[in-house]
Amino acid sequence: MSKQPTKKVLQELHLTMVRIRCFENAAGRLMEEAKIPGALHLYVGEEAIASGVMQNLSNDDQITSTHRGHGHLVAKGGDFSKMFAELFGRSTGYCRGKGGSMHVSNMELGMLGANGIVGGGPPIAMGAAFANRFLKTKKVAVAFFGDGASNEGSFHEAVNMAALYKLPCIFVCENNGYGEYTPQAKHQTIVDVADRAGGYGIPGVVVDGMDVIAVFEAAREAIDRARKGKGPTLLECKTYRFYDHVGVRGMGLNYRTDEELEKWKKRDPIQSFEAELIKLGVMTQKQIDKVYSKVNDLVEEGVQFAEDSPFPEPSELLEDVYCVKGA
Amino acid sequence: MSEAIKGNAEPRELTYVAAITEGVREVLLEQSNAFVAGEDVAGAGGPFGQYSGLLTEFGEDRIVDTPISEKGIVGLGVGASAVGCRPIIDVMFVDFMGECMDEIANQMAKMRYMFGGSVTLPVTVLSMTGAGMSMAAQHSQSLEVWLAHLPGIKVVMPATPYDAKGSIIAAARDDNPVFVLLNKVSLGLKGEVPEGTYEVEIGTAEVVRPGTNFTIVAISRMVHEALKAADTLSELGVDVEVIDARSIQPFDTDTVINSIKKTHHGLVVHEAVEFGGIGGEIVAQIQDKAFDYLDAPVGRIGAPFSPVPFSPALEKIYVPDADLIVTKVKETLGLS
Ligand SMILES: Cc1ncc(C[n+]2csc(CCOP(=O)(O)OP(=O)(O)O)c2C)c(N)n1
Ligand SMILES: [Mg+2]
Repeated sequence: MSKQPTKKVLQELHLTMVRIRCFENAAGRLMEEAKIPGALHLYVGEEAIASGVMQNLSNDDQITSTHRGHGHLVAKGGDFSKMFAELFGRSTGYCRGKGGSMHVSNMELGMLGANGIVGGGPPIAMGAAFANRFLKTKKVAVAFFGDGASNEGSFHEAVNMAALYKLPCIFVCENNGYGEYTPQAKHQTIVDVADRAGGYGIPGVVVDGMDVIAVFEAAREAIDRARKGKGPTLLECKTYRFYDHVGVRGMGLNYRTDEELEKWKKRDPIQSFEAELIKLGVMTQKQIDKVYSKVNDLVEEGVQFAEDSPFPEPSELLEDVYCVKGA
Repeated sequence: MSEAIKGNAEPRELTYVAAITEGVREVLLEQSNAFVAGEDVAGAGGPFGQYSGLLTEFGEDRIVDTPISEKGIVGLGVGASAVGCRPIIDVMFVDFMGECMDEIANQMAKMRYMFGGSVTLPVTVLSMTGAGMSMAAQHSQSLEVWLAHLPGIKVVMPATPYDAKGSIIAAARDDNPVFVLLNKVSLGLKGEVPEGTYEVEIGTAEVVRPGTNFTIVAISRMVHEALKAADTLSELGVDVEVIDARSIQPFDTDTVINSIKKTHHGLVVHEAVEFGGIGGEIVAQIQDKAFDYLDAPVGRIGAPFSPVPFSPALEKIYVPDADLIVTKVKETLGLS
């Protein structure tokens, strides 16, 4: 049924994951050095999901993201310079310094925002999907959200409406086993969030979120289905975050074991994919190393750009509260 | 305030966050039908550490971790309080009130009235407000007027560790729904806090600095900015009286009016956006009840009319501070 992904696709998937990993590691370090203000929720460990899903989307398709949103924007084609500048609160950032990590967004890339409100994304994606059909486009909208967010009313209302109207909308649950410091078993009785699809009469699919090809293929099916007008899918990707809820080491709370972390790290989505690429003869170790050095150069460039950029002027404070006619 | 401290042999300093923990703990010790429910309040001890140690002491039945379901959490508080419990509900950030606003505005606030007085809802809600930590537009707001505008609900905003503990105890003993809006920037602030139980009476303001020729009414963290401003202004010969409003709903008009009658000048300072902020209400009450005593229009300071910006460069000018207060007072008095 599913065609083997081409060599080009495999290399693109790898590049996207590496881009996310390198961006996030730098961002985490810069937060710890207090160069980035505020709170960062890092995506390290979960790269296969954004990469696998976004490989099936064009810039015209839309996504809604979460508080853990950098990876989604990177995978959607986000520019490191504008992203770092935003995280640094500079006027050259994607949101001119007004949003920061939790609100980073770019309409040209169809990225309708990271979101500080858990469960904020799904209703917006549902609305975008409604417009996609209303405007007779072939675009789809994808809502990313966490296991924790699947307990918000907003998620349930959005899925029900998307199902009811058969909207071109895909709900991608990034189940990393925790909502902040609460394990999944203590916030819901189900093991598979995908089970909730049944309550809304749509397909629910569970996939290994550490396996980028599995995500890519499951997402392709769900997205094709949505584009054909057959309605939404709830796609659950099982994953794990390698860093703490906030930042790298977080608040030092003792809510998960080292053994659990190590177990998941052994399934690092990038390392295991690289082993596979080498085995398949798609890439050599040397080529892989080159990808990292190229991406790290871009990271450095982006950080430099951010550091050299000006902060917003005081006069910008009151801009963009409303749009002004003719402006 | 002084009475409770006098009763204590050795004054003791606690941080604002430790005072919250102690207030909640006293309530749990005093009221067997009280419990705490909210996101990450148990295992994690609260996202700010404000419930740390309580799970160990009181167990899972009384310190309850909830899913991320604010409408459910507040609904739990409404329903449980209607039938015999005295819940303490945690809504992590005041910015999340939108998620549960119907439970608050249409259920919690109105049930007793709609039911002709036949139901009592002794529920306390704790939540964090305030900007200044680069947490951007959805984690930095001051939304006290959303709540104070609802008949049936009380709203207090403690500025000090002493008031944080005493307000929580008073709120939990009150048979009405009470919101205790805490300030996240003040969590590390230290101050005297007596051991044991005491109440900061809901609906009472406090004169925290007596003065003779200018009244500043400040709310929450702005109290500390007003005190700083008062020091600067005293060097210029202006003797400022600073009033900590403490309670937004009900509001202690008398304390403010008595001060204005003495000083003939007033300024209200809060962190919420100025337009539609509680400052407008306070100014209206002053001009209504003390117009003849005023030597100048009563001023207001609040945040500019925009969401809270992320960039530190913008947030710094967004949040009112002592300098802005000094400027405004000097302007009112015609000092240069
Ligand atoms: C409405 C709302 N409630 C609570 C929070 C606080 N909060 C931020 S992230 C988070 C956990 C979210 O868990 P999940 O959806 O599983 O995403 P993850 O962090 O695991 O990626 C919580 C409770 C919030 N930002 N918004
Ligand atoms: Mg999660």
